[in-house]
Amino acid sequence: MDHVTFFALALPLIVVATMVVVHPSPVYSALFLVMTLFLLAVYFLFLDAHMVAALQIIVYAGAIMVLFLFVIMLLNLQTEPREQQRRGLRRAALIGGGILVLELFLLLRRLPTGDTPEQALPAGFGTVQALSERLFTDFLLPFEITSILLLVAMVGAVVLAKRQG
Amino acid sequence: MVPISYHLVLSGVLFTIGVMGVLLRRNTIIIFMAIELMLNAVNLSFVALARHLGSLDGQLIVFFVMAVAAAEAAVGLAIILLVFRGRETVNADELNLLRW
Repeated sequence: MDHVTFFALALPLIVVATMVVVHPSPVYSALFLVMTLFLLAVYFLFLDAHMVAALQIIVYAGAIMVLFLFVIMLLNLQTEPREQQRRGLRRAALIGGGILVLELFLLLRRLPTGDTPEQALPAGFGTVQALSERLFTDFLLPFEITSILLLVAMVGAVVLAKRQG
Repeated sequence: MVPISYHLVLSGVLFTIGVMGVLLRRNTIIIFMAIELMLNAVNLSFVALARHLGSLDGQLIVFFVMAVAAAEAAVGLAIILLVFRGRETVNADELNLLRW
C-alpha cells in the first residue's frame, strides 16, 4: 500500500468513524458505520487479506448491521434533540481520549521508523484456500469452540426475546 | 510502501473514536455501535501485522473476532429489546437498576 492509497482510505475512514459517534440520529449512525466497514474491507484488500475483506462485507456490513438497523427501526427511535450531557462525564471522556492518543504516540516512537522492506509473501497469501488450510488443521479446536459459542448466543437471544418483559 | 506504524496509528485513532463514543453517548444502541468500531480497529491492526510478518495467524484471529462480535451483537440487541419493552427507554442514564 503506497502513501496515496493510505491517505485516500485513512482520512475518509476517520471522518465516517467520527460521524458514527457524533451524529444525533441512530439510523444515520448505523449507515455511517456501514460505510466505515466497507472502507475497512477495501483497506483489508490492500493488505492482502482477501478472505477477511469478503467476510467483513458479508458478516459485518451484511448480517450484523442489518440486525442493528432492524432493532433501531423496531424500537422506532427518534432523533433526540440534544442528549442530556453531564459536564463531568464529557470532560472525563476528553481527558481519557487524550491520554489514550498520547500513550499511542509515545509507544510508537519506540517502533522502528522508515520504510520496512516488503516481506516476501508465500503464494496465495490470504486466500480462502490458504486460510482454511490453517483453520481446519492448527485452529480446529478454536473453530469448534466458536461454533458452540454461536449456538449459545443463538439460544440465548431467542430465550431473551421470548421472555415477557 | 507505508511503514507498519501508519496502520497501527490509524487503528489506534479508530479505537479512540470508539472509546469516546462509549463515554460520550447515552443511547445504548450507539454505545453498541462504538464497541463494534473498537473491535474493527483491533481487526485492522491484526491484519496489518499479519501482512507485516508474512504470517496468516493474524487473519485467522480476525475470523474469530468476527464470530464473537456476531454473538455479542445478537445477545446484546436482544437484551436492549427486552429492556425497552419493560422501561420504554434506551438511555443509559435511566437504566440505573444495577447501580449502587
